[in-house]
Amino acid sequence: MRRFMLTLLFLMASVTASAELEIFACEPEWAALADEIGGDLVTSYSATTALQDPHYIQARPSLIAKVRKADLVICSGAQLEIGWLPALLQKANNRKVLPGNDGYMEASSYVIRLDATANLDRARGDIHPQGNPHIQTDPHNISAVARALSERLVKIDSVNSEAYETNLEQFLIRWEQAVSRWEDRAEPLRGKRAITHHKSWVYLLRWLGIEEVEHLEAIPGLPPTATHLGKLTAEFGSGGADVIIRSPYQHAKPSEWLAERTGIPAIILPLTVGGTEGATDLFALFDDIVGRLIEVVGDA
Amino acid sequence: MRVVGFTNAGLAFALFLVLPALAMAQDNEIEDIRTAIDELRADYEARITELERRLAIAEQNSTQAARAAQQVSQPAESGNSAFNPAIGVVFQGFLTGNDGEAQEEEGFVVGETELIMSANVDDKFAAYLTAALAFEDGESELEVEEAWVETTALPAGFSARFGRMFSGIGYLNAKHSHTWDFADQALPYQAFLDGRYVDNGVQVRWMAPTDLYLELGGEIMQGEDDPSGLGASSVFTNVGGDVGVSHSWLAGASYLDLDATTSLSMAHFVWKWAPQGNWKERNFVFQTEYLERRDSSTETGWYAQAVYQPIQRWRFGARADGLDLDGDDPRRYTVMMDWSNSEFSRLRLQFARSESAIDDGNQWGLQYIHSIGAHGAHAF
Repeated sequence: MRRFMLTLLFLMASVTASAELEIFACEPEWAALADEIGGDLVTSYSATTALQDPHYIQARPSLIAKVRKADLVICSGAQLEIGWLPALLQKANNRKVLPGNDGYMEASSYVIRLDATANLDRARGDIHPQGNPHIQTDPHNISAVARALSERLVKIDSVNSEAYETNLEQFLIRWEQAVSRWEDRAEPLRGKRAITHHKSWVYLLRWLGIEEVEHLEAIPGLPPTATHLGKLTAEFGSGGADVIIRSPYQHAKPSEWLAERTGIPAIILPLTVGGTEGATDLFALFDDIVGRLIEVVGDA
Repeated sequence: MRVVGFTNAGLAFALFLVLPALAMAQDNEIEDIRTAIDELRADYEARITELERRLAIAEQNSTQAARAAQQVSQPAESGNSAFNPAIGVVFQGFLTGNDGEAQEEEGFVVGETELIMSANVDDKFAAYLTAALAFEDGESELEVEEAWVETTALPAGFSARFGRMFSGIGYLNAKHSHTWDFADQALPYQAFLDGRYVDNGVQVRWMAPTDLYLELGGEIMQGEDDPSGLGASSVFTNVGGDVGVSHSWLAGASYLDLDATTSLSMAHFVWKWAPQGNWKERNFVFQTEYLERRDSSTETGWYAQAVYQPIQRWRFGARADGLDLDGDDPRRYTVMMDWSNSEFSRLRLQFARSESAIDDGNQWGLQYIHSIGAHGAHAF
C-alpha cells in the first residue's frame, strides 16, 4: 500500500513536473549534481564546458537568456566567475537568482576553501581572496554541496521536498561507497609529488595525499614563461616529482616541454564532467581521475 | 685421565678443524646480519622519509584547514568600511603623431582617467558612478560620465535605470573607452554623436523569457536645449544566441529621436568565435554598425572591424570606417596590435590612414590602458 502511495505520489509529481525547475549551473559539475539531486524535477544547463577555462567566459546573449529563465543559479563562487557572471545577472532582469535570494548559491560557501589569503596584490597574479574556487576535485566537497543543494531545492520547490531528500539520500549512499572505493584504489598515490599547470588541483591533491611541489605558471593565471620552465627543468631534471598535471583547456606545450626534458610523465586530468571521454558523470569523473593517476604513477 | 687426555686432544683436534670453519661461518653470519641491518636501515630511512613527507603534507593541510576554518568562523570585522562600494580606476594615455593637418592632439596625452564605483544600495536598488578625470588645455577637469540607480527587484523581466547614463542605443554607445578595441571611437559615433550619446533620463529594459536572447528597451532623456526637459527619446532591441559551442552572435536596431528635427537610426551585428568556446587562448570578433542621421538632409556612417587573438596576450585588429555626408565621404583605415600582460593591463600600437575630399593623412599612436581595484564584468 505504502509503495503504491509512493508510486502515485511520484506519478503526480511527474505530472505536475511540467513546471520543471530550471537550473543554471556555471560549471558542468554543478549541472551534473543538480541532475542527481533534482532528478526529473529539474532541467539543468551548464554555462561552461570542461574544455573552457571558467575564469574567461564571454557574457554571451544565450547565457543571459538562460539566466532570465532560471529558478536557481549555482556556481562555484569565490570569484571564479567574477569576469562574467555579474554581467549576466545584471542584464537578465531575474530577481529570483540575484545574490542574497534563494535562487542563487555559491557551492564553495559550503566547504572549507583552501589557500584563502588576506595578502591581496595583483602583482601575485590571479589570486582569489576567498580561497581556491576549484573545489569540485575533492569528492567530500561534492557531498557537502549535494546536501546544501538538496536543502536549497526543498526551499525553492517545497512541494517536491520529499523527492529531493530521497534523491540526496540515495545519491550520498552511492557516493560514499564510490569514495571509499576511490580511496582504496588511490592508496599507492599517497606521498607522490605533482607539478601542476595552474592551482586547479589543490583539493584533489590534498584528498589523495599527493604533494604539490611546483606550478608551470610562475604567476597564477599568466602563461608559463620560458625562464620559469627552465628553472623547473633544472630543479626536477633528476627526479623530485612524479607527474605533471594539466586541465583539458590548458595549453599542452609547457607540460610536454617539461616532460620531454625531465622524463616526468605529463597527463591531462578532467577538471570536471566532460573533460575527457570517460568523465561522463560525477562518478565517472573520479573513476577517470584516479585511473589516470594510477596508470602513470601508481606503481612507481 | 687418558680418556680425558684423549678427549682433550680430540677436542683440540676437533677445534683445530672446526674453528676456522666456525670463524668463517661467524664471518658470514656477521656479514649477513650487517647486510640485513643495512637493508633495514635503508628501508627504514626510506619509510621515515616517506612518513616525514606525509607528515609535512598533513601538517600543511591541517594548517590550511585550520586557517580556512578560522576564516569561516570569524566574520569580517565590523566598521564603516565594511560597506564600501567596489572601486576601480582605469588609467589611459597616448603617445600620438600624424603627418597630415589633422586636428588631433600630438605628443604625449593623458587620456581620461576613469573612476568607477558601484554597489547594491539595498535589496531593490543598485547604483553606479563613473567619473572621468581629464586634463585638457592645461586644466584638470572632472566630468560625471555616468551616475545612475537601477532597480534589481522588478518582476517579469523588467528593470529601470534613472540618472545620467550612456544610452542603450547601438553597440558601441554604452561601451566605456577602456573596452574599445581601437584607441579612438568609430567615425560615425564621432560625427553624429560627438563620441557617444550620454544624457540624463530614464531607461526601461525588458528581457523576454525565451531561449533566444531578446531584449527591448526605451529611454526618455532630457535632450539638448529643450525647454520641456524631456526632449529626446529612444527605443532599442537586441537579439542574440549561439551557433554551436564555438560561435555566438548579437544583432540589434535602435532609433533615437534627438530633438524635434533630428533623428538617428542604427543597426549593429557582432559575431564572436573561440575554439570550443575557450576564450582565454584564441578568439575572433567581428563587429559592424550602420548609422543614419536625418535632419534637413540625410547623412550615413558605418564601420566594420575584426580583432583576432592568435595566442594569449596578443591581439591584432583592422577597422574600416566611413561617412557619406553632403559633398564629402571621408574614409579611414586602421590597424592595431595590442599586448595584455594580464586582463588589467594593455599596451596598444595603432596606425590609421584617413582619406577625405579635404585632406589625406596618416596617424600613429601608442596607447596604454591599465586598471586597478575592482573591475566589473564586461558585457558581450
